[in-house]
Amino acid sequence: MTHFNTKSLMLALLLTAVPAMADDAIVIHLKNHKFSPSVIKVKANKPAMIILYNDDDSADEFDSSALKIERVVPGHNKGNIRLRALAPGKYPFMGEFHAATAQGVVIAE
Amino acid sequence: MISALIIVFREVIEAGLIVGIVLAATAGVPHRGRAVALGVVAGVLGACLVAAFAGELSNLFQGSGQEFFNAAILLLAVGMLTWHNVWMASHGREMARELKAAGHQVKTGERTLAALSIVVGVAVLREGSEVVLFLYGIAAQGGTTAGGMVTGGLLGLAAGGAVSALMYFGLLTIPAGRLFQVTSGLITLLAAGMAVQAVLFVQNGGWLEYFTTTVWNTSWLVKEDSLTGRLLHTLVGYSEAPNGAQLIAYGATILMILVLMRLVPQGNRNAHVKHA
Repeated sequence: MTHFNTKSLMLALLLTAVPAMADDAIVIHLKNHKFSPSVIKVKANKPAMIILYNDDDSADEFDSSALKIERVVPGHNKGNIRLRALAPGKYPFMGEFHAATAQGVVIAE
Repeated sequence: MISALIIVFREVIEAGLIVGIVLAATAGVPHRGRAVALGVVAGVLGACLVAAFAGELSNLFQGSGQEFFNAAILLLAVGMLTWHNVWMASHGREMARELKAAGHQVKTGERTLAALSIVVGVAVLREGSEVVLFLYGIAAQGGTTAGGMVTGGLLGLAAGGAVSALMYFGLLTIPAGRLFQVTSGLITLLAAGMAVQAVLFVQNGGWLEYFTTTVWNTSWLVKEDSLTGRLLHTLVGYSEAPNGAQLIAYGATILMILVLMRLVPQGNRNAHVKHA
């Protein structure tokens, strides 16, 4: 029951809340378990959207406790990653499944 | 191998802790082993399904399917934990203390086993799908390192199981009369922590754009990525830099559970008053 109501609520919210994104999404690629670009600059205090293309065969997880994001992106797939309005600063992120090489940082300024 | 061990361990800690708490909360209830095992098995199967269809899932809802799915199953788990606590408050409080109610305990405890089984399933599914994707990825790469990575992964799983056992046996050292209070407290915090995570997924899905400002930051004290941070994250919903909506969800969940536990009629009010 709760489940169903939540679903309807979310659908309703979804219909009203879509446009806030998309215009100037930042595209990044993950290839050979490395992000390019790995340094992403965004405007401080404004939401932003990253579209992550995973060009590798295996899945990875865009993981950042600083950004509060955990997003699995399967191999040869893409994922939308919404950044909240960020206070100025550096927010590191990683591809959790290949953290040795998959490292990056979002800089809000 | 070590990196695989660490990653898998990190993912299974949460499920391990939850299984430990659920086992302790159901101490003495018959068939609970079966219910928990069922939850684990269903969780693992679900994890494989989610991993297999990760691409399809994430493309739903304009690319926010993953967030929607995570938020939905987390809220389901919050509901189940709430129900367990409220049910136990109304029927279980006195039974945990009075031996004469042993037969009664069997019946009441079994009622919420299904709910807790679902909670275990959700926890295993959430962490498990990442483990499956990760291990599948390295296994598919083949080569000489893959064997070591898989071994590391299996050791990580075992370590998660050990956390589960530690939590369980640790809780069992609490005298039986207090155990109920402790586990219902832990379950309340667990539910609040899950509600906080659900809010994050709702926010990341782009459905909730209010109160997203960080209220405070305690990363200087405990980093959320550290082992301590992860344990606290699971157990009490620790977040190093919570935003307003998260804090509201945390407080509201605890309040809701406590109020419901008070409001629901007691199975044996006299016994309750006497002991309170």
